[in-house]
Amino acid sequence: MAINIKDPSAVQEMMKGLWRDNPVFVQVLGMCPMLAVTNSAINALAMGLATLFVLVGSSALVSAFKNLIPKQVRISLYIVIIATFVTVIDYALLAVFPAIHKELGAFIPLIVANCMILGRQEAFAAKHTVGFAVMDAIGMSAGFLIALFALGSVREILGNGSLFGIDLFGAGFEPWVIMILPPGGFITLGLILLFFNWVTERKARFLQQVVAAEQARG
Amino acid sequence: MTIELRSLEQEPSSTKLALSLAFAGLISGIIIISIYEATLPTITANKARELREAVFKVLPNVSTMQKLQFDNGKLRVRTEKGADEDTIYGGYGSQGQFVGYAVEGAGPGFQDTIRVLYGYLPEQRKIVGMEILESRETPGLGDKIFKDMAFVANFDDLSVDPEIKAVKKGTKSTPYEIDSITGATISAKAVVRIINEARVRWEDRLPAPGNEPKLESKKTKDEG
Repeated sequence: MAINIKDPSAVQEMMKGLWRDNPVFVQVLGMCPMLAVTNSAINALAMGLATLFVLVGSSALVSAFKNLIPKQVRISLYIVIIATFVTVIDYALLAVFPAIHKELGAFIPLIVANCMILGRQEAFAAKHTVGFAVMDAIGMSAGFLIALFALGSVREILGNGSLFGIDLFGAGFEPWVIMILPPGGFITLGLILLFFNWVTERKARFLQQVVAAEQARG
Repeated sequence: MTIELRSLEQEPSSTKLALSLAFAGLISGIIIISIYEATLPTITANKARELREAVFKVLPNVSTMQKLQFDNGKLRVRTEKGADEDTIYGGYGSQGQFVGYAVEGAGPGFQDTIRVLYGYLPEQRKIVGMEILESRETPGLGDKIFKDMAFVANFDDLSVDPEIKAVKKGTKSTPYEIDSITGATISAKAVVRIINEARVRWEDRLPAPGNEPKLESKKTKDEG
């Protein structure tokens, strides 16, 4: 990896995935796993880590072989690479964490179809060096993981009264079952997007005011 | 940009395209086979362990188990691989005396197939434990068939005559009734139906109490 980690632009490539270009909150990609497996914090975390492994691995490979990949068949080759990593993580989870694999079920193989991963290969890894591609992949999947985890924790706390399976409220709490059912996913995601956009808008307005104040003074 | 320019200059031949895809497929195949081979022993061991643990859970006071197989009209110790629906598990106590059977049943639930294992004492004609081996029932509702301990406890002492019946929660009045789950009636009834079906299927296959297959001394491991 011929890249200096202190290089500000490499760090920027990573940080943009966390907030400014967050794959879920800003690009609204990868909604299928986002809504399907976030009924508990641990499932969300496992899905986020599996996606991180797949994205970082395939970004590194795609970027390393970008000059050898013929343009006409690049999408098929990306899918082959992604699918290989997905199969590896699928078997690894089945062997090491069978309980988590049981919970995530069909959604592990479906990581192949996560458009965020294919999107990063086409939009970034195929045009940049390995170092930048890996930094970008880490940032994007970390942003994805944060989003999954936020949704998963909110849904588990409200829908089950627990976090990571640890009871939070005692017996007096009546869980909001709807939160761990599919509608709860949509409701929580909608509210989080609302919050995210509100914060972004406020920030933009604040910047505008600063600029206006500067101009008025100058 | 450079990539686009290059591809305009020279269109790669179809052979080159096919070869690069074939090469990627080959590498990918090799990786997948190696990871499959590498994890297979652990995965099989996990599944066998899960089943063993389930057998010991549904049959109390059991220290050894062996696989039994029904073929040619007789229940005998399983020697080679047979059809899974003809296989049950015999549980034996510390002195090697027969305790009961663990029977597996499967059937459609609310979403997907539910696989159930239950412990059965033929002498008392009683079910003494139930464990869900596999289910994709709705989280929060249908998954109470294994998460709601009050429901699972229904099967700890349950008479099978004339047949098990799910009744509205809190109205259990006879030894063959179970309290259903509020909000998960379909899943609860599915479990009951699966057990009833498995019991009917095995009713005539089991030998008379006292004539159960003896424990074969070395047959304590059953990862067949």
